[in-house]
Amino acid sequence: MLNEKVICAGFGGQGVMLMGQLISYAGMIEGKEVSWLPSYGPEMRGGTANCAVMVSDKPIGSPVITDNATTAIIMNLPSLDKFEADVIGGGNLLINSSLIEKKASRDDLNVYYVPANEIANDLGNLKTANMVMLGAYLELTKAVDIESVLSALKKTLGDAKAHLIDINREAIKRGAEAVKAS
Amino acid sequence: MAVVFQKTKGLLDNQTHYCPGCTHGIIHRLVAEVLEELDVLGDTIAVAPVGCSTLAYDYFNMDIHQAAHGRAPAVATGIKRVQPDKVVFTYQGDGDLASIGTAEIIHAAHRGEKITTIFVNNAIYGMTGGQMAPTTLIGQRATTAPLGRTVEHSGMPLKVSEMLATINGAAFVERVSVDSPANIRKAKKAIKEAFECQIARKGFSIVEVLSTCPTNWGLTPIDAIKWLQDNMIPYYPIGNLRRPEEV
Amino acid sequence: MAKILMKGNEAIGAAAIKAGCKYFFGYPITPQNEVPEYMSRELPKNGGVFLQAESEVAAINMVYGASGCGARVMTSSSSPGIALKQEGITYIAGAELPCVIVNIVRGGPGLGGIQPAQSDYNQVTRGGGNGDYKLLVLAPANLQEMVDLMQEAFDAADYYRNPVMLVGDGMIGQMMEPVEFREIKTKYTLSEKTWATTGTKGQRPHNIINSLFLDPAQLEEHNHKLQKKYDDMKANEVRYESVGVEDADIVLVAYGTTSRIVRNAIATLKEEGIKAGLIRPISLWPFPMAAFDAIPETCKAIVSVEMSMGQMIDDIKIASNGRWAVDFYGRSGGMIPTPDGIVAKVKEIMGGVK
Repeated sequence: MLNEKVICAGFGGQGVMLMGQLISYAGMIEGKEVSWLPSYGPEMRGGTANCAVMVSDKPIGSPVITDNATTAIIMNLPSLDKFEADVIGGGNLLINSSLIEKKASRDDLNVYYVPANEIANDLGNLKTANMVMLGAYLELTKAVDIESVLSALKKTLGDAKAHLIDINREAIKRGAEAVKAS
Repeated sequence: MAVVFQKTKGLLDNQTHYCPGCTHGIIHRLVAEVLEELDVLGDTIAVAPVGCSTLAYDYFNMDIHQAAHGRAPAVATGIKRVQPDKVVFTYQGDGDLASIGTAEIIHAAHRGEKITTIFVNNAIYGMTGGQMAPTTLIGQRATTAPLGRTVEHSGMPLKVSEMLATINGAAFVERVSVDSPANIRKAKKAIKEAFECQIARKGFSIVEVLSTCPTNWGLTPIDAIKWLQDNMIPYYPIGNLRRPEEV
Repeated sequence: MAKILMKGNEAIGAAAIKAGCKYFFGYPITPQNEVPEYMSRELPKNGGVFLQAESEVAAINMVYGASGCGARVMTSSSSPGIALKQEGITYIAGAELPCVIVNIVRGGPGLGGIQPAQSDYNQVTRGGGNGDYKLLVLAPANLQEMVDLMQEAFDAADYYRNPVMLVGDGMIGQMMEPVEFREIKTKYTLSEKTWATTGTKGQRPHNIINSLFLDPAQLEEHNHKLQKKYDDMKANEVRYESVGVEDADIVLVAYGTTSRIVRNAIATLKEEGIKAGLIRPISLWPFPMAAFDAIPETCKAIVSVEMSMGQMIDDIKIASNGRWAVDFYGRSGGMIPTPDGIVAKVKEIMGGVK
């Protein structure tokens, strides 16, 4: 049974909110129950940002993740410190190793280190680091289909930015490869 | 026999509750006559304040809202934004407009809201029984300034029209007085110009009318007129403060 | 129509426009800013007007003006802003005008915080402003319900000529969920607003929008008329959801987003052999008193679960009428109850009562 509870966290500007929205949007396209709950307030303005995403076969009860995340996608160090404890035992912890030197302190999690910024830089667009992480997440969980994510992204970007689809597709692919190899 | 004068259709036949010698009656009539002359009585929505003229809704023969204390310009804004083709005016006293409603009047002017405000300034709270207003003159006694207003305690009387005249959205600002037949004629002219300004969508328009309150001033109607002439007009000079270039 | 993923505050705006709202007057306050932002963008495209007022006080008085001349009009705010609007709200109720007010509740008192809370319960259900008046208060638990209730809110406001308040919290305002904008056929038969101040055109006596009655006998008569209306609302506007109450060992009462968290707790309790029921008031006023009559005598306790400090307990006690013990579990200040916390509280009560 599908019951994904995902924390996406990082600096404002790293695209963590969008990452979460795309998972929700793709889930909705696939007819699943979804919710997306952002942190809000002063921390949005340049500090850390995070959102809680749920994708489930059943109606979503509480949209809040407390200490029961099935996956945490961590884009910066403060987020690792804040959210590592909130993942359930046996859950996934995806760490952007380009920006986070620190290793996970728990040994009951499936931890993956993804050099998201390096990969995004390779692709020629640092802004796709979030999509690299998303690709890694999708590869590990198969929570939603990559094509659903891309059609969600198309709707989000709109016609004016439709040309960015290809690089994002590539970023997702590279993120997936990064965790396959590990 | 030719009719040479009749009561304006803009007022109903109800007897007003205003005190003997109060100038609200004159000002009501001027506003109603102007709206009748402009042929907009059926397209006008008025807003009555809290104060002596709260019950204006029983006297003006046009659709009318009663508003909370000081909020008439906000209420008028709501009406005008829904019905931009209608003539909308507020009728407010100095406690209402110059004290509790300063934010509303300033921002209505600031937005250039296409409404007209008739601001009746008698330098005191009338309805509640003669308390000090921001417009009360220095030395003037009020029930909450029993020894007379002092600068030290309450500051100088607020000149609202001068303040509003600094705001770009205020297209027409004039202070008038109803202390003499000549000034009443001038007052009517200003009120008419203010409404024409609204109809031409020039912006916010306001006419401040210096008025008497014989009851709370503790004067006879005649002495009250004289007090207005001797004390109010020197501090609140009458005349136009702002008008659009071509009206 | 297909589902779309929308942020709560934007869904509120979209639903209002779909329900025929043409005018919006508001003032910025977190966490509801996306409502006025959405309206400023979308209302002009739909032939309406958005205006940012100089204050919440001015905004609600603009609503009073717009509603008096017959418009479908809305404002939104959050707790401290709603407190400021109380003056206008009581005038609107007193003058018998329709409007919809959205309150995306945040923690209090005072400036409080900006995170989700339900601590305006008393403010919204007891009147808030001066005088004997009531609002119809609706509290959806998810975005779809929020969207569906919006049409009902506008229609009920017009039908009763009374303000209707939609209560959410920072969570429902900020979260995204799929919503479908479906046609909602409401039960209300609406008549022409012959009382509106649209100008007499010299063809009818003037219309007066007013809440002043200086004659005590007239004011009392007016209050009787209002009370009759509130009695009608009590008879016709109670909305609630009741789950597993008939054979419950314990019943949890929660509204809005808190009810979602309670559902998770109930599922956990079920796994542990405790039958917990849920009563979810959708109308906070009128409160669903009759829902409690389905609770068996054997029920050990009723628990008010809130994001406030027990404000709903009074209503639950009135509804219980001494039949069951009433207990409380709540978090406040923007802290959100956890399913585990609720489960622990229920176990504590069950252990104690056994």
